[in-house]
This record gives sequence, C-alpha cells and structure tokens, in this order.
Amino acid sequence: MACISADGKPTESGTKMLRALKSGSRSAEEIAKNAGLPLFRVRSGLREMVQAGLAIEKGEKYELSSKGAELLGTVST
Amino acid sequence: MEEVKEVSHMPRIGEPAPAFEAVTTHGVLKLGDFKGSWLILFSHPADFTPVCTTEFMAFAEIFPELQKRGVELLGLSVDSVSSHIAWVRNVEEKTKVKIPFPIIADLNKEVSLAYGMIHPGQSKTETVRCVFIIDANQIIRTILYYPLSTGRNMDEILRIVDALQTTDKNAVATPANWRPGDMVVVPPPKTQEEAEERVKQGYECVDWYLCKKKL
Repeated sequence: MACISADGKPTESGTKMLRALKSGSRSAEEIAKNAGLPLFRVRSGLREMVQAGLAIEKGEKYELSSKGAELLGTVST
Repeated sequence: MEEVKEVSHMPRIGEPAPAFEAVTTHGVLKLGDFKGSWLILFSHPADFTPVCTTEFMAFAEIFPELQKRGVELLGLSVDSVSSHIAWVRNVEEKTKVKIPFPIIADLNKEVSLAYGMIHPGQSKTETVRCVFIIDANQIIRTILYYPLSTGRNMDEILRIVDALQTTDKNAVATPANWRPGDMVVVPPPKTQEEAEERVKQGYECVDWYLCKKKL
C-alpha cells in the first residue's frame, strides 16, 4: 500500500492525509490542498484507507475512523 | 515466448481513454484518479536501457512546466514495480535527476494492450514509445508513436499541450510550427455568407478559408 507501509505504520504521504482528516470531514480535493499532495495520489490513498478501515467515505467527503485516529496517534509529530 | 494478443480496437483521438487499474511506483492507480487533470500516459520499452533513461530525465525536466499547465505524467513499461524502483533510484544516484511521476508496472500487459502499445513488428515483448495526451475529461486528444530507436522530443510534447489548451480556451486552431504567442487560425466559415463576412472582419487573411488572428 502507498499510504500504509508493510509494518502497519502510515507512510509520509499517508500521515499527511490522516492529519488532513483529523480536523473533520474533507473532500479528496480539500485533502490534496491541505496535505500538499497530487489529487491522484489522494484519491488512490483514500481508496486504500477506506479499504483498511482507517477512513470512512460519506458521499463526496471522507472522515477519519476511530482506527485511523488510533493509528495517527502512534505517529510522532 | 508469450504470444501477443490481437488488439481488436486501437484507441483513437476523440474517444474516451481506456479505463485501467494498475500497480505503479506510487501505489495502485486508476485512470479515474486523474480526472480533472490532463494526463500524459507514455510507455517506454524497458528499464535500465539507454534511450529510455535519457527520456525519463527529459520528462523529469519538463515536469514542472507540465504541472504549470495542469498536466500529470504517468509512465509505463512491462517491467516489475521493483525494477522501476531500482531504475529510478539508479537514475537519481547517477545523474541527480529525481523522477517525480508514477510508473505503471504492466507485467500482465493489460494496459499496454488496451492502448495498443505493443507493436510486434518492433518487439513482441516490449512497448514502443507511445504518448497519449488525455484531457481533464479523460478524452484522448493526441497519440504519438515513436520507434524503439528514437527518443521523444519533449519540446513537441509541450507544444502540443499548449496548442490543445489554446484551442480549448479560444475555439481556434493552430497552424504548422505554431508556438505560444504566434497567430492562431480562425475556424473556416461554414457558409457562403460567413465567407463573405470573414474577409471584412479584420483578420489577417490569405483568403476566406485561411485567416489568422492574434490572441
């Protein structure tokens, strides 16, 4: 996965996306802008995060799941 | 040797780009992930080969200019993702050029076949040097094919992007060897009445069917 590494930790881009979701519901475009990542990377990453249960898709927006928040908590700031 | 499957339908200009989901050096990407941006999908014959290495360095060089125009880049070859990663790391180590765009590892040739990138007369196992310029609505706007022996001209790729985006923005065409800032071609009139009016409209006209204007 591009957002989560083999050891289960978020990658640099994954961390940026999780942090962008921390402050609330966001669209892929908003996350891309906030995280400074290309939109195609964010769309792909969100797909992975939803499949892994780290984010929840609600229409056009995405929210951090409790599992995603827990994972983000393990990342040093 | 694996037999190359026949492609019943080659992609054509003006048609939707064939959808795909592919493993890349930036994770699994779908064509739809690029919607809203222009995309240049290009294939190269193989990693760790000389002409391809010069091309990748050249694509990396024009990448900032493409980004200014809202264009993403996506490479492809039938090598594995590990090979791609090793190659781009080697290019960076040896030349200090970082490859900033993803590369599809098309080991099962799904994308290559959908886009007609394998030309058995050149190679049954490698993709030729294709360039597909796809617009923000995912319509194919330009297709270029280069043989294995000839590296691509990045200046021409940028020029085509500029020409297509100028056409879209201003409803004009661009003449031979056009460059940004040059005069553009006014679409030819469709009726006799329009033809008579055309020559009075202040354009620079050779005749009613070939008129140019400054943007």
